[in-house]
Amino acid sequence: MVNAEMSQATLPNLTGIVDANRRTDLVMAGIGISVLIVAMSLLAAVVIDLIVGGWPRLINPDFYLNFPSRHPLQAGIVSAWVGTILVMLVTAGIAIPLGVGAGVYLEEYAARNWITDFIEINVSNLAGVPSIIYGLLALGLFIHGFGLGETILTAGLVLALLILPVIIVSTREAIRGIPLDLREAAYGLGADKWQTVRLYVLPAARSGILTGTIVGLARAIGEAAPVITIGALTFIAFLPPSPIQSSPPFINFEWLESPFTIMPIQMFNWVSRPQAEFHINAAAAGVILMLMTLAMNGIAIWLRYHLRRQIR
Amino acid sequence: MKIPVHFAMTAIALTITASASTVSARDLVKIDGSSTVFPITEAMAEEFQKAERGKTMVTVGISGTGGGFKKFCRGETDIADASRPIKESEITLCRENKVAYIELPIALDALTVVVNPKNDWVNHLTVEELKKAWEPEAQDTVNNWNQIRSSFPDRPLKLFGAGTDSGTYDYFVEAIVEGKSSRGDFTASEDDNVLVQGVTNDLNAMGFFGLAYYEENKDKLKAVPISWKGGKPVGPSVEHAKNATYQPLSRPIFVYVNKDAVNKKPHVKRFIEFYLNNDNAQTLVREVGYVPLPSKAYTMALNKFTKGLTGTVFHGAEVGVGIEELLARVPQ
Repeated sequence: MVNAEMSQATLPNLTGIVDANRRTDLVMAGIGISVLIVAMSLLAAVVIDLIVGGWPRLINPDFYLNFPSRHPLQAGIVSAWVGTILVMLVTAGIAIPLGVGAGVYLEEYAARNWITDFIEINVSNLAGVPSIIYGLLALGLFIHGFGLGETILTAGLVLALLILPVIIVSTREAIRGIPLDLREAAYGLGADKWQTVRLYVLPAARSGILTGTIVGLARAIGEAAPVITIGALTFIAFLPPSPIQSSPPFINFEWLESPFTIMPIQMFNWVSRPQAEFHINAAAAGVILMLMTLAMNGIAIWLRYHLRRQIR
Repeated sequence: MKIPVHFAMTAIALTITASASTVSARDLVKIDGSSTVFPITEAMAEEFQKAERGKTMVTVGISGTGGGFKKFCRGETDIADASRPIKESEITLCRENKVAYIELPIALDALTVVVNPKNDWVNHLTVEELKKAWEPEAQDTVNNWNQIRSSFPDRPLKLFGAGTDSGTYDYFVEAIVEGKSSRGDFTASEDDNVLVQGVTNDLNAMGFFGLAYYEENKDKLKAVPISWKGGKPVGPSVEHAKNATYQPLSRPIFVYVNKDAVNKKPHVKRFIEFYLNNDNAQTLVREVGYVPLPSKAYTMALNKFTKGLTGTVFHGAEVGVGIEELLARVPQ
């Protein structure tokens, strides 16, 4: 009785609260949409500007197959895009196993003490270090210390270092998101720690780890500063040796030691040339670099989709 | 999961195989240095590789004149591009590492002083007036056009110039301020297009950069004729740089060649012979917006190269002396 009376009395009030909340929702949605529109139109403006600026070169197949040249209309990006793909292969090949391994260790195995805390703080801080610092480190350590030279291997190493913190942190977040029940079920069946991690935790965390990897690799593909610091070349009219050969052992690693250039450096060089025709080339190269990033993300998203389906 | 990963890897591998050719057993010429000299060396490298039918590979980097010399004097490169003569510290570094070098001027650049095209009060400037605007003492005190010449209007002075790491800056400062540095409060950029933009959009601006950037942007800029030692004002142009009347701002630019590399690698020798060939130099240097040396200077430089004369004559040379006269001197 008392309850019924109370609800009678507060009912009009409740409607008021609901209405007010609806209004707030509407305003928030409005703000959200306008923020999104501003962000997207800025991005669209950049993309459209690049596409319109670079269009005459984008539709010319020679642009993708020619080497750099002093004639803007004959200059192409073949050495740059091949260099970028090879450097990214090295970067992914080093950063993913190292980053995931470190993430698994820190999350699953490391003892909870001050050393682990210290490492954790440093890993998070490394993610904020300017990329040029990594370039200087690579110049001192890899080139002058280890004598690796200005090669694809060195560039892959420095970019791998650069994105390592991102991969470590996202691996840990992904692992932390796995329900405790899964582990307990595995332990209950008699699995040891490594079996649990390998067979249950990592597969379940795959899509989260993959997201972190995409973010990391997308950052690496556009980086110019650390690669310029280690001395990537600007004019290079030949390609590294092919990683695959027709005679046994079919795979060779000579390309790792080859001089190279990458897309952002080629763009940088064209932007600073006096002739306006080179600026068209730079815009076109920018569009291709974005497409390459998009393609890389596309592969990762597709992989993630298939992995998710498999888990179910 | 296995199938998609495998498929992606194969796709990437196929792309690479399809595009890559083998480089094994080809000869390499390694060049690094000034971004000012880069367009010329790039043109030479492009044509040289064509002439050699892919037998020789040439790589050109842009670490700047200073960065290029650091690598060159450590023996990491065969050739250094330089937009100024070698410095004392670099000479010492080369000596410590026992790198003997041959100094070869390969073209001229006319440093161009520019103002906004709507600027109607400047029709020429003297070197002394430029010095007033750019010397270190001018910092925070010379901020108005009428402080340069009293007949100029009362307008703020905005300065744009090459970055302090560049050979272009070093040469401008040496020729105008006659010291090692200028004032620090000007807009500096390593990218000359930024300076072009700056001067184009500011009525009160004055800037300097290489002739090629002025020639490509003639409609957006006004070049200032320069009067030196009380002489008649001379405007920057290919002709005036070549006949040595545009002084003191026309400067030689160089390549420095490692003598050891020349002796051991015949392809490095062939590349330099190609570079200094008078026909090649006259057409290619002009094509990329620079001023070729007089024909006689290329012959003299080639002669010096063939004889293998190491050392420098341009380091510490007085401003305004002709290329031929300098080339005839015995290197130190």
